[in-house]
Amino acid sequence: MTEPVYLPLSPDSQPPYAAPAYGSTHKRAPLQPLVAAAPTVERAGPVFLPSQFPAEIDMSREGGRDAMGQRIIVAGRVTDDAGRPVADAMIELWQANAAGRYHHERDAHDAPLDPNFRGAGRVFTDGDGRYRFTSIKPGAYPWRNHPNAWRPNHIHFSLFGASWGARLVTQMYFPGDPLLAIDPIFQSIPDPAARARLISAFDLELTQPEWALGFRFDIVLRGLHATPLEGAR
Amino acid sequence: MAGVTSSQTIGPFWHMLSDPAHADLTRLGATGPRLELAGTMRDGDGAPLTDACIEIWQATPAASPLFNGWGRCATDGHGGYRFVTLAPDAAAPYFAVAIFARGLLRPLWTRVYFADIGDALLAALAPARRATLLAQRTEAGWRWDIRLQGDGETVFLDL
Repeated sequence: MTEPVYLPLSPDSQPPYAAPAYGSTHKRAPLQPLVAAAPTVERAGPVFLPSQFPAEIDMSREGGRDAMGQRIIVAGRVTDDAGRPVADAMIELWQANAAGRYHHERDAHDAPLDPNFRGAGRVFTDGDGRYRFTSIKPGAYPWRNHPNAWRPNHIHFSLFGASWGARLVTQMYFPGDPLLAIDPIFQSIPDPAARARLISAFDLELTQPEWALGFRFDIVLRGLHATPLEGAR
Repeated sequence: MAGVTSSQTIGPFWHMLSDPAHADLTRLGATGPRLELAGTMRDGDGAPLTDACIEIWQATPAASPLFNGWGRCATDGHGGYRFVTLAPDAAAPYFAVAIFARGLLRPLWTRVYFADIGDALLAALAPARRATLLAQRTEAGWRWDIRLQGDGETVFLDL
């Protein structure tokens, strides 16, 4: 009997540590090859109780007042790489406001803060892996990676799945954003199809009349898989 | 088989989701032998990382409503981090670790051990590399420094 393992990641589906066009990787990417390790404690993972990590499903309001910007609903489904739903996954969210400014002391971008927008949320998937939250569309903002560099509109996602090795931090992008083609972070993913999966889809079914645009964003986490017995056919 | 969603950097502003209390895994009242783990995270130039996120997951002691085995700490202005938690069981004296930061397009996976137990991972490493996964006992608790790149580079894992 062998222990369950993660399937190898498709190499082109994940960005490299060292990405020449993204300057911050230059001194932070390890030089030594990764060491293959059979997961042990990583096959289990923390359980987050909503009583201790309360859900915040509406980032579009603060203190009962509406934030400025285009109101959006984001929804999707979290599954593993065998298509199994990931239930009770905790998803943490953070983003810039409509003007492209984070509610963060180190963000020095000369764009207005919005007193009615903080930009941090937390949701849990249901038994079928589905999640949903409300926010406003984040603005693009400049960064100093290269001259005239601007990040595309994006929402940061942090996910805790069924095991530690399923942990994922990523960014959701918006369809039709002209900055995607020139963004070193997005473009660091070698496989164009994998890149495309980080772009949410406008969804008229999810869109609420007279209220908010809907965007769909599905996420796939690593899952544990039983390995066949040696010599089994 | 569906392709696993691509990782992207946590960026410099991830603190918006964080809470300094998450570095104290005993905050909910869990009792038992305590363990303090602290260290400094440095880059390829030896410069401290002042905007990084380090998370630990420990499978023991068993989770309860007072202890879920997970902690998160932001590195400070000197690259330092510090966790207060319960000591893991002697049979498996190590934590799983994930590091996220601006400039890391995907997480760095590693482990921190509190004894050289000669398990499959440690046994396969040359002594100098193995040492990068072993925390050192000090008067103040356990110390484990992390080097992302270069001299004394920490062993990072492919799970």
